[in-house]
Amino acid sequence: MISSAPAVEHAEISDEVAQSDPPWVTIVWNDPVNLMSYVTHVFITVLGHPKTKAEKLMLDVHHKGKALVSSGTREKVEADVAKLQAAGLWATMQQDH
Amino acid sequence: MHGFRRRFAKVTATLEPMEATLIADLVDQVRQLLAQRRQDRPQDPLAQLTGITVGPADTPDDPALARLLPDFHAEDAELSAGLRQLREPELIEAKDTAARTLLDTLPPGGGTVRLDEAQANAWMTALNDVRLAMAERLQITDDDEPAAVRADPDGPAAAMYATYRWLSAVLDSLVAATMD
Repeated sequence: MISSAPAVEHAEISDEVAQSDPPWVTIVWNDPVNLMSYVTHVFITVLGHPKTKAEKLMLDVHHKGKALVSSGTREKVEADVAKLQAAGLWATMQQDH
Repeated sequence: MHGFRRRFAKVTATLEPMEATLIADLVDQVRQLLAQRRQDRPQDPLAQLTGITVGPADTPDDPALARLLPDFHAEDAELSAGLRQLREPELIEAKDTAARTLLDTLPPGGGTVRLDEAQANAWMTALNDVRLAMAERLQITDDDEPAAVRADPDGPAAAMYATYRWLSAVLDSLVAATMD
């Protein structure tokens, strides 16, 4: 059992961390090779996005040159970038200022 | 071949002997590229002792390898170098495992390929890695024919571009069959 007092303290610390440390984001860039169908499939299978969201993000990559496809802690985004690169997508990470 | 189709829980396609040989050769060439890159790893005694594999810090000189193993950050070279050392070995292993799964499930003399979901995903990764590497060699920059193909429509670049486009159609049919 965890009492309520430490939980409140923990929440305050998390807020401070969240303010001083902006979240990281995963960017996927457009390239002339990856197929629209394949990019959509990767967004569904690797990132777990629903099909409609995966298709919207794929079209954003295609038309705008890049799209923000996931966000979170540095560790989470680093892992997402590694998985997307393993699938052959041109993915990078950056801190969302 | 007529592309992949869904048959119950599997996706299947029938490959001509020449098609099977071509795919095997191209996937093997990507494996050789990745094997070359493995040799760029620093010989770190501490890493060998701890069992942690450290990759090289620099972006590969070969554009095909650089496309297969991109930088982690678009601007921060220092962060990219650190993450490459940490992450590149596992990225190479992931690509090599996908390539080996394709080769293990490809009938050598052609014939019917039957893939479960995990095998289909490995095929997609491996076929796409071949396309990424070929696109660098052909200097494909948009949807148009590359300059080398326009300059010599009967030359080796044109033959390579035809293979590239065929692989694109194979991959597209595999994705469509999987998402059916």
